[in-house]
Amino acid sequence: MATDVMAEPVVQTGVKIKSELMQQRVRAAQLFLLPMLLALAVVAGWPLLRSIYFSFTDASLNNIDGAEWIGFGNYLRVQTLDSGAVRYRGLLVDPAWWNAVWNTLRFAVLSVSLEAVLGMLVALVLNAEFRGRGIVRAAILIPWAIPTIVSAKMWSWMLNDQFGILNDLGMRLGLLSQKVAWTATAETAMTAVLIVDIWKTTPFMALLILAGLQMVPKDIYEAAEIDGVHPVKQFFKITLPLVRPALMVAIIFRLLDALRIFDLIYVLTPNSSATKTMSVLARENLFDFDKFAYGSAMSTLLFLIIALLTILYIWLGKVRFDGGDR
Amino acid sequence: MASIELRNIRKAFGVVEVIKGVDLTVRKGEFMVFVGPSGCGKSTLLRLISGLEDITSGEMLFDGKVVNSLAPSKRGIAMVFQSYALYPHMTVYENMAFGLTLEKGHDKEEIRQRVEKAADMLQIRQYLDRLPKQLSGGQRQRVAIGRAITRDPKVFLFDEPLSNLDAALRVATRIEIAKLHESMDNVTMVYVTHDQVEAMTLADRICVLRDGLVEQVGTPMELYETPNSVFVAGFIGSPKMNFISGDKAKPFNAETVGIRGEHINIVPSGGTWSGTVIHTENLGADSYVYLEMGTEEPVVVRLEGANSYRSGDTVHISPMDGKVHRFDGAGKPIL
Amino acid sequence: MGATFDLWKLIKTVLFYTAVVFIVVVSVFPFYYAILTSFKQGTDIFRISYWPTSFSLENYQAVFSQGSFPRNLLNSVFVASVTVILALFLAVTAAFALSRVRFRGRGFLLMVILAVSMFPQIAVLSGLFELIRALGIYNTPWALIFSYTIFTLPFTVWVLTTFMRDLPIEIEEAAIVDGATPWVIITRVFMPLMWPALVTTGLLAFIGAWNEFLFALTFTSSNDTRTVPVAIALLSGGSQYEVPWGIIMAASVIVTVPLVILVLIFQRKIVSGLTAGGVKG
Repeated sequence: MATDVMAEPVVQTGVKIKSELMQQRVRAAQLFLLPMLLALAVVAGWPLLRSIYFSFTDASLNNIDGAEWIGFGNYLRVQTLDSGAVRYRGLLVDPAWWNAVWNTLRFAVLSVSLEAVLGMLVALVLNAEFRGRGIVRAAILIPWAIPTIVSAKMWSWMLNDQFGILNDLGMRLGLLSQKVAWTATAETAMTAVLIVDIWKTTPFMALLILAGLQMVPKDIYEAAEIDGVHPVKQFFKITLPLVRPALMVAIIFRLLDALRIFDLIYVLTPNSSATKTMSVLARENLFDFDKFAYGSAMSTLLFLIIALLTILYIWLGKVRFDGGDR
Repeated sequence: MASIELRNIRKAFGVVEVIKGVDLTVRKGEFMVFVGPSGCGKSTLLRLISGLEDITSGEMLFDGKVVNSLAPSKRGIAMVFQSYALYPHMTVYENMAFGLTLEKGHDKEEIRQRVEKAADMLQIRQYLDRLPKQLSGGQRQRVAIGRAITRDPKVFLFDEPLSNLDAALRVATRIEIAKLHESMDNVTMVYVTHDQVEAMTLADRICVLRDGLVEQVGTPMELYETPNSVFVAGFIGSPKMNFISGDKAKPFNAETVGIRGEHINIVPSGGTWSGTVIHTENLGADSYVYLEMGTEEPVVVRLEGANSYRSGDTVHISPMDGKVHRFDGAGKPIL
Repeated sequence: MGATFDLWKLIKTVLFYTAVVFIVVVSVFPFYYAILTSFKQGTDIFRISYWPTSFSLENYQAVFSQGSFPRNLLNSVFVASVTVILALFLAVTAAFALSRVRFRGRGFLLMVILAVSMFPQIAVLSGLFELIRALGIYNTPWALIFSYTIFTLPFTVWVLTTFMRDLPIEIEEAAIVDGATPWVIITRVFMPLMWPALVTTGLLAFIGAWNEFLFALTFTSSNDTRTVPVAIALLSGGSQYEVPWGIIMAASVIVTVPLVILVLIFQRKIVSGLTAGGVKG
């Protein structure tokens, strides 16, 4: 810190001096950041604000420009029927929405926790020294490199009820008594989605954890070995605390990814309400059901939920990102 | 050629003040060495002169002109970094020419001539087409110096340039730098080191820094002969000056007496003090005898040639006339 | 005593290598099976086999002759390349500012950039849709290049910032003393040193853009403008019940093989790119 070129003086015992060099650098920094910030404002900031705005209007797909402000109607409104009964309408009382929220959270928690455990196991295996380690590391990169849509298609072929190889394998090994329509049955649809997601993203988790593992100095283990610490205890007392920062960051990246999941479910289990997530439902309303404003309300709520969960996670987990201070 | 004047210079990083009011003049063509223990602010002071770091308060003048806010490249300086800081992707030639290519008004031929002249001075002409990674540490340091020479600076700044070299290379490069200073006697040089031998051998004048303040400025011999504090006395010279305090210093009317190992005579009997030999070191040309005599650290006596004292021997010693440094309770010399 | 110890060691070794083999088989098998299927002909596809039984290029011929798949492939290459080049161009200078210059609000800015890169894209979908239609680029590759910036730009900025922060400070200072402006430092000193980082970051961003589905599905509407993920997702046979699995698998293999090869070539760099910023103790 003390040798930073641009360290700014705080204690001022005399006239504050801003040197030519520092002025030049700060000006350059502003100039360099401007295009990027402008680009982000245009592609992210403005659309986000518009999406939120639409959620308070009666916009429809063919009448976006003529959208009129209707307040919180898309979220919650009171309807009095002719019979005099009072009915609540809107997103906040829409069972389909809350089903999607539940599906999303269930999916995110299950997939990320299973991926963390499996990723840790794979990372531990890869951290050991053995012949062919390079091949294993290359092999686990393959699922990561395959586009999500492609893996969804590959797996839906493998999970196919009639001609799928997994049913065949399960029957041969005696694990299944009859062929299962994995993606079409409500009970198994979520399992199918989880299998594919875990297959595809465990490598990412494993590699992040592995990077953390490799920063643990080897002599710590040697010292523990000499002290006769049991390997299981070594894992919980040494390894886990030391890779915790890496693990926490890996988990939050995956969690955010899982909470916005769209493509895998859209392709693998279309039309299954057992797996319909917030993103899938929101897009359906926006573009397939012509409920543009209602869909916008969903995407706004989704944004809020994810932002809230993220803040909660960072706060509770005391996650520290490398904030970039040199 | 430039003189550098520092007037009450201060530098703070956040709330930590590193330079606490330094007044100093570096004369034209002088070789000035900043020396001091780590954390004394010597590197920071050099970086303030270079302009890489902003001055918090005070005035910095080059040739009488305030340069406080002037960019480093406009100060007419060149700098040699501890890690060499060569551009790894450029050849030696490109490294040396880079600064000139950025300045307007140098044609290719002139740049070539200047690079080649500097390369000849440092005998690195045969490496001009190589990349830094193809050179040894000593060669890289020469390139770094060559890059500085090519810029034809008025002020040459060295930031611990020898600390990454091994002992033998360090001596050889030190001699190189001394020769360089002789051949470029119109260039002011400021050199930072924590090694007092480098300071003694290279400097016209040495500036001893301690805790962000100047402790003493003077020629190597001035510092050696008339240090103006216990700190300077202990920092300059090898082996370190012996300090004797308390009752043993009373006869000299001082709180602490300082006496260098080379200024102590061993006498057959009597003498000012006596002690027990605890260790001897024979270096060939000279030898050290370490005496236990109730002082904080053992007293070192430096003798010419080898000696035959053994541990356990009792030895009587006397300081040479006029070589005793007397200090008061505050560590200041009694004149 | 010695014998039981050896037995225990043997069991451990066997268990370990079983785990290794299991990891490799599970990772590779789906892709292997897709390749296997893609080379099957006609009704052969519906006979389950674990090993290659026949070899036919019929499905591959079909992919390239029927429909607009070649066109989709070109679209994907064009969109992903342009997106990455634009993002890198904007990100290099921004990363310099964020990693090398201290200014107020830098930490906050970095968090905002990270937040945008992890954004739920659906949250901006309706606003983007309006904007893209207003700009008149709906159903063109530009709509995708425009919208992909939302995730490629923050990602490249973030990764390049962490890479650039690790470049030695003294080299930059030497350049400053040599009279280099920030622009010169970036273009003539840092860029040549960073090309491995640029390649890695570019590759990761390219993969991201190549695989993107939601925007591609939403902002294109005709066969000719679609990218491959959408084309594969929407591939259908003669009737609703007849899914052309062979063709889908052939198309999948075609879009995946280049990626797998790239990833395997650059695997070390990719791992460092993925972990940059994420894992730093």
